[in-house]
Amino acid sequence: MSAVKKTIVVEQLKRAQMNELLVKGKRLDGRGLLDRRDLTVVTNVIEKAEGSARVTLGNTEVIAGVKVNMGTPFPDTPDKGLLVVSAEVLPLASPYAEPGPPDERTIELARVTDRGVRESGMIDVSKLVLVPGKHVYAVFVDVSILNVDGNLFDAVSAATVAAILSTRIPKYEVPAEGGAPVKTDQKMPLPVQTIPVAVTMAKIGEHLIVDPTSEEEAVMDTRITFVSDDRGNICAGQKGLPGSLTLDQVIFAARTAKLKGEEARLILKQGVGSV
Amino acid sequence: MGKAGGDSRSLINEQGLRIDGRKIDELRPVKIEVGILRNADGSAYIEFGKNKIMAAVYGPKEVHPKHSALPDKALLRCRYHMSPFSTEERKNPAPSRREIEISKVMREALEPALMLEDYPRTAIDVFVEVLQSDGGSRCAGISAASVALADAGINMRDLVAACAAGKVAGQVVVDVDDIEDKEGQADLPIAIMPSSNQVTLLQLDGQLNDEEFNKAFNFAVQGCKQVYQLQREALIGKYFGRSEVPEGGQ
Repeated sequence: MSAVKKTIVVEQLKRAQMNELLVKGKRLDGRGLLDRRDLTVVTNVIEKAEGSARVTLGNTEVIAGVKVNMGTPFPDTPDKGLLVVSAEVLPLASPYAEPGPPDERTIELARVTDRGVRESGMIDVSKLVLVPGKHVYAVFVDVSILNVDGNLFDAVSAATVAAILSTRIPKYEVPAEGGAPVKTDQKMPLPVQTIPVAVTMAKIGEHLIVDPTSEEEAVMDTRITFVSDDRGNICAGQKGLPGSLTLDQVIFAARTAKLKGEEARLILKQGVGSV
Repeated sequence: MGKAGGDSRSLINEQGLRIDGRKIDELRPVKIEVGILRNADGSAYIEFGKNKIMAAVYGPKEVHPKHSALPDKALLRCRYHMSPFSTEERKNPAPSRREIEISKVMREALEPALMLEDYPRTAIDVFVEVLQSDGGSRCAGISAASVALADAGINMRDLVAACAAGKVAGQVVVDVDDIEDKEGQADLPIAIMPSSNQVTLLQLDGQLNDEEFNKAFNFAVQGCKQVYQLQREALIGKYFGRSEVPEGGQ
């Protein structure tokens, strides 16, 4: 997934260089430790999808599309609609990306994104039911990574959220005499309750930095992501990669994710035109 | 899954006790055994409530395929797998996306404790098999795997102890079980190296405000420390005999 191939010599040199800068509170690209790169959001880029968004975070670029159709609910949740988030690193996204089934890193990426949307209660899935146990709306969010330059977690999460916010689904109606729901010409937005935002930090040496680039990811010791909602809750989290964090660093990361999430949420809202 | 809308009416009763009678800061009964499989280089069995989990370590050994060997350290591989009969509904034996993710975070939780640089160009395989699952199986699995690694004689900086905390019926509790996980509001599994207070695994699903997060995190850390004592006792029991429990680290 990384766009910078690791070689031991370069890695050690880069690491030393970065550490020197980090002590002074600076990074290779001139950012401060807790600064995010520019985030841009454009929605409705795919007409055939019910919702879509193209997001750039620095040089990282992803596109998300939402398709909605009728589905059968899971037997244990007959009164809830379906929500599936998946992600793919396209082979055109980096010299090191290869076609094939998703590897564990991509599965982690998709699952952490899914968790953020699901656990924040962003979509009220209980409102996506037409006939309990039989017919529910199934919402599929597929995210494709177009260009890799680090922090895919936040970019994929932002694209997913923006695409969901821009989604207009066809309204189905259950015929009076019963039977399968019928598609109508009316459209409606998804029942959105909150806007979750993921903020990922990399740990290099003893420093935590927000929104790492590929270069920084190549030398990071570990990575931590927290997703916060707009009601002040933290609703998902994931530490990834070998390496460890102190107890204080975990608490600091959770607090930082909430603060930095506020800024990103505003950009997301502006991007979908809801501010 | 689906924690946000969970119905949590009777998960904690008027006396402040949980459905299985535990207090909010009480772990389920834990039993750890060391060296339970003959063929493995190291092994451990853990019962954590109704979780029954076996962990086995093979290695350091030759790497296959050869090109995946690392020149400067051992290659750590980890497989977390649930038996088809381990759950209420039969589980398809093929590895699910959930199991692939857990295998990854489990490997990353164990790696900081291992001195892999002592075994260049070799592989160390960790297999965790969940025979019965009851919520918190990734934590119990990590705790067992770390004991199995010690049993295999792999050089280690520390053991890795894991425990979850969560939010059930609006209250922060330690060590959520299956029902609490499904009907509760949040689950925060973590793993730490207790001697250096380093966090090596952290996941969260469900909603916690700042205060709840800090409290849950603290509960989970305390839970890990209790698990650590049991891991130590199990290892000391096997290698030094139950009666002599030396002070300090192993």
